[in-house]
Amino acid sequence: MHIPDGYLSPQTYLPLYGVSVAFWSAAMRWIKKELSVRQIPYLAMSAAFSFLIMMFNVPIPGGTTGHAVGAGLIALLLGPWAAVIAVSVVLIIQALVFGDGGVTAIGANCFNMAVVAPFVSWWVFRLVRRGSEDKKRIYLAAFLAGYIGLVVAAAAAGAEFGIQPIIAKGADGLPLYAPYPLSVAVPAMVLEHMMAFGIVEGLVTAGVIGYFIKNEKGLVAALNR
Amino acid sequence: MTRFQKNLLLGLFVMAVLSPMGILLPDKFGAGGAWGEWGPETIKGLLGYVPQGMARFSELWGAPLPDYSIKGLGESLAAQSGSYIISAVLGIILAGGLIYLISKLIIRHND
Repeated sequence: MHIPDGYLSPQTYLPLYGVSVAFWSAAMRWIKKELSVRQIPYLAMSAAFSFLIMMFNVPIPGGTTGHAVGAGLIALLLGPWAAVIAVSVVLIIQALVFGDGGVTAIGANCFNMAVVAPFVSWWVFRLVRRGSEDKKRIYLAAFLAGYIGLVVAAAAAGAEFGIQPIIAKGADGLPLYAPYPLSVAVPAMVLEHMMAFGIVEGLVTAGVIGYFIKNEKGLVAALNR
Repeated sequence: MTRFQKNLLLGLFVMAVLSPMGILLPDKFGAGGAWGEWGPETIKGLLGYVPQGMARFSELWGAPLPDYSIKGLGESLAAQSGSYIISAVLGIILAGGLIYLISKLIIRHND
């Protein structure tokens, strides 16, 4: 889901930079106010976890590859605003140091994976859990939080790809950037994440949340607010 | 550092050592790259042309370790796996370290 340079027109990546900068600034204020010193090691390790989990490319046999992001997990553990900063820092490092995702697309990639994914995950968890203390219900809520968060992020990326042929054509009528229309890009991004990568995100979210509940239940933000 | 935190950190380094799965499994199952992340040559194969904007901007940034690979180690799967593990450890240090520094600077309260 790391959009490279040359796929988005400036009309798309500049506004998305603006949106991401607004979320970064709000997220920094939230972290300063809401997180305590004892949560710093968890925030740092959660960013490292997100970096690592994105390296585990999951193959669709004979098809494409993709990966989990860990955004839903960080949202449930430390709050969605904490996930905004943790995942954004990871995406910026990936773009600058490892060429994974474009430098012009940092705003767009952060919007999809560091804003859309964690907030959708947070809301889905609350909606499914409804304050229940039942373990099965909590695990189901965590799985769906990760799953739906990643699928909606993929839909956002698909929409960003898909509007390019409409808004950026050359003099010859050919697309200047991402060439596939919405009717191709959105289903392609959504389906592969529904069938494969979203399931991995859901399992990772539920699995690690389960590990925290067994060992340090008090640390899980989504269970305390 | 608590025992629980030590276990988490150990888990991260285990992930780094296992990270080459992320290139070995796609290789084994004949899966290509990610949708929408094709390079210009692949795009030319798919469309018959490279969109002008893409041709102009796709090489905009020269990352030091493109695709988590370290030049000079070679192209074999074993060399790629080694590069991947080094990149993973570097990722732990960079991502974890930056977040640690940023939050140390802005978070002030203990409760």
